[in-house]
Order: sequence, then structure tokens, then C-alpha cells
Amino acid sequence: MSKLMLDIRNLRKSYGDDLVIEDLSISLAEHSVKVLIGASGSGKSTLLRCVNLLEAIDDGQIFLDGEDISEVGVNADQVRSQIGSVFQSFNLFPHLTVLQNITLAPRHVHKKSQADAQAEAMALLSRFGLSEKANQYPELLSGGQQQRVAILRAVINRPKVLLLDEVTSALDPVLIAEVLALISELKESGMTMMIATHEMGFARQVADEVLFLHDGRICEVGTPEALLTNPQSPELSAFLTALRGAGRL
Amino acid sequence: MSYLPSPLRLQREAARRLASRRSTWLAIASTTVVGFIIVVVISGAPGFDRVRASFFSAHYAWSALPHVLTGLWLNLRVMLIAEVFVLIFGLLIAIIRTSKSPVLYPLRLIAALYTDIFRGLPLLLVLLLVGLGIPGLQLSWLPNSAVLLGTVSLILTYSAYVAEVIRAGIEAVNPAQRMAARALGFSQTQTQRFVILPQALRKVTPPLLNDLVSLQKDSGLISVLGAIDAIRAAGIETAQSFNFTPYLVAGALFVALTIPLTRFTDWLTKRQDRARQHQGQW
Repeated sequence: MSKLMLDIRNLRKSYGDDLVIEDLSISLAEHSVKVLIGASGSGKSTLLRCVNLLEAIDDGQIFLDGEDISEVGVNADQVRSQIGSVFQSFNLFPHLTVLQNITLAPRHVHKKSQADAQAEAMALLSRFGLSEKANQYPELLSGGQQQRVAILRAVINRPKVLLLDEVTSALDPVLIAEVLALISELKESGMTMMIATHEMGFARQVADEVLFLHDGRICEVGTPEALLTNPQSPELSAFLTALRGAGRL
Repeated sequence: MSYLPSPLRLQREAARRLASRRSTWLAIASTTVVGFIIVVVISGAPGFDRVRASFFSAHYAWSALPHVLTGLWLNLRVMLIAEVFVLIFGLLIAIIRTSKSPVLYPLRLIAALYTDIFRGLPLLLVLLLVGLGIPGLQLSWLPNSAVLLGTVSLILTYSAYVAEVIRAGIEAVNPAQRMAARALGFSQTQTQRFVILPQALRKVTPPLLNDLVSLQKDSGLISVLGAIDAIRAAGIETAQSFNFTPYLVAGALFVALTIPLTRFTDWLTKRQDRARQHQGQW
């Protein structure tokens, strides 16, 4: 049994009277990939934002590699530097080149020398076929290239967990494929990931386990195959039917 | 097979050429008419000859030029020094006003009060208060040079404007940029320094330069404190000859001094607009 990288226990989060996550527990073993599915508003994004401490939680505990990061007084900057986060809207820094985007955190958060950071970044970029974009500004890249750069910007810091929040939702199908190929390769290399997505085909491909969230609770858990072909709950059945109707399954 | 423009295309292009030629001729004609009317009205005015003699005399312009130029050298030094300090203070105040740290709360309050007051106070009043009030205190350790106090007044007034411009730029940066930086583990300060400020300053460069142009021109106001700048020098010449040409000389020199910066500002604005159109963002 490999060690637990992320352990969420009885998490509860609300915005005012709006209860978004209710008594939710997930544990993520090192090198494993869990995929969160569910309708918009089911709490997937909020869950990821709670894990990297961009949101304060109401109740429960979150452990990262054995350390309680939900404790009062924890150094949030230091915690976030060990977690990679990628968002739907890329959020590359527009005033910096691709290379500068990727090396900014290694240099100033992880205190590496510029030469080391650049060598590492170039190695990553060429491994994923982006080396000729190194000195370009993000605005000249396609959406798929921007999102791949955003993922590499998180990966270069060797995060203990990589959180991907709807990273393909803003892309067209051709660009989605290149982003998903990168994520599959990260899985091959042993990256521990928690992924929120609407791409069921992709969930099937990379997930060790799929969790179906409904109204802030885990409604169903299982292998991708079991969940997507043999839903037990009426909620998941309805969700899958809706996806099928939209041609996304 | 090579492309042969269709008659339809040739017809369209001919029509466009005709239209553009017509607008050129219209512009020339209307400019001529307006210019003619202005010349007739002004040169036909009863006092025209007297105005020409006392405002546009080549003789007085030539004899006043060295004195006005010496004065202008003072303006130039004042504006350069003021610009440097205005940018520094403006940036500091903007950072303080947009910070969220509870420790800085009193500073935030002071900064808000300061910008409110100095954006509202006419520069002339600030000049009189600082330039006459401080020497009036008769504290020997306080400076009482007109040039120094005039420069301080300019800095006080313009730092408030520049701070507001920079603050607007900081607030215009997409909040997702801050979130992305924090998610990478950057501290509040690092996020501001590496991600927010560089973008904010790029956004506000044109309005910022506009304020600097205005500051250059307003450096002429320190003459009310008795500093012998270009305007004061022109005044001295005028008092001796009762001819106003020296003022016009000073005015022309000020315009010549600000034109490079205004042209640069226009060029930069246009370039940014083009980039924005091209990329769909900044």
C-alpha cells in the first residue's frame, strides 16, 4: 500500500447560507489519479480551491503528505508551493514569455538559480514539443498550447499533488486532445492528480477511480468503467443521460 | 491558372478611388476657406497692428531669448527632478492604497486623505501655501528656497494624480492573475511585484505620460514664488520693454519641450490599441 498524498476528511464548505460541500472525504494515494465528475455547481471546483487553500474551509481536515494543512496558522504560501493548480482559463502571465512564465516560481518561490530553472524548463518544454515557443508571449499561442504551458508551469515545481480544474472546458476538440495527451503522459510518469472534468472519455482513460459529486456530496464512487456503464444512483443516471444527449459521452 | 480580377472588382476599386480623391479635395477646400476666414477676421481687427507689434516682435524675441533660455534650464531641472519623485511617491501611495495588510491600515487612511486633498487643491494654492507658508514659519532648519519649495509643491500635487492613475491600473489587472500567482506559492508581496505591478504599469503608461506632460508645463508656475524660470525671465524682459513678445517666446519653448513626450504618448497609445485589437487583449 503506497502512502496517502492527500487525505480530505469530513470537509464542509459553505458560502453564506449556500452549503457547497457537505461532509466530504477523499483520500488520494501517491501516484494515483482520481477524477471528479458532476454537474456545474456540484462542488468540484470549490473542493479543489479548498485543497490549495484559496478558500477557507468551514469544517473538517485536509492532510497533504501527512501534514495537516487545514490547521490554523499554517503557512499557506508554503503549502501552495507544494501543490500544482491549473485552471480552466489558463491564467498565464501575459507580460512574460513562455519560458519566464515557467521559471518564475522555481526562481522566486523555490529559490533556484536562473540557469538551473531555465535548463529544467527547456527540458520540460522540449519533452512536450513546445521548445520553439519558449521565447514567445502567451498571446501568440493557441489555447491548447497556453493550457499545456500552464500545466508545465505547475509541474516544474514537482508538486506533491496536481489539481486540474476543467482544464479543457475553454478549448475546441482538436486542442483538447493535445492537452489530454500531456496529462496522460504525466500519469505515466507517476504524477498524483485530482482532476475535475466534463470529458468522460478522458476520465475513462486516466482515472484510477471516478467520483460522482452531487450537491456537495460524493454520490457514487468506482472504476470509470463501472460508473459510466452501470450507474447505481438515479442522480448519476440522469447526469449520464444528459451528457449523452449533449453528445459528450 | 493565374488570377484575373473580375470587371466587378475593377468597378468597385474605381469607385473607391474616386471617393477617396473626392474626400482629399474636400479637405483641402474646407481648410483653405477656414484659413482664409481666420486671416481676414484677425488682420482686419482694429487693433491688429498694435497686437502684432507687442506680441510678435522679432526684435524683442531675439533680445529676450538668452534670458528666457536660462530660465528654461531651471524649468528643465525642476521638471526632471519632480518627475522622478512623483513616479516614486505615486507608486508607493498606489501600492499602499491597494494593499490589504491590516498593519498598513493607518498608512492607507493617510494615503486616501492625502490623495483626496491634493487632487482637489489648485496647484497655485499649494504653491502659495508651501512657498510662502514654510518660510513664514521662520524655522532656520527648514529650506526657504523658492525653487526647492516650488518643486516640493509640484511633487505634492502630482504624486496624488499619478498615485490614482497607478491604482486604477492595479485594480484593472484580472483577479485571476493574482489567484494564479498565489496558487504557485507566491506571497502577497511577490505576487504584487512580479505579476500585478508589471501588468498594471503597462496598462497605465499613456495616462501616466499625460500627467508628466502636464507636470512639465506646470513647472512654469513656480515663477509665482519668485524663482527665475522661463516665465519669470520673460516677465522681467516685458517689464523693461513693455513688449509681450518674451512671454510668447517662453510659451513656444514650453510647447517645444512637451511635444516629444506628447508625440511619444500618442505613439504608445496607438501601438497598445493596435495590439489589443490584434490579440483581443492588451
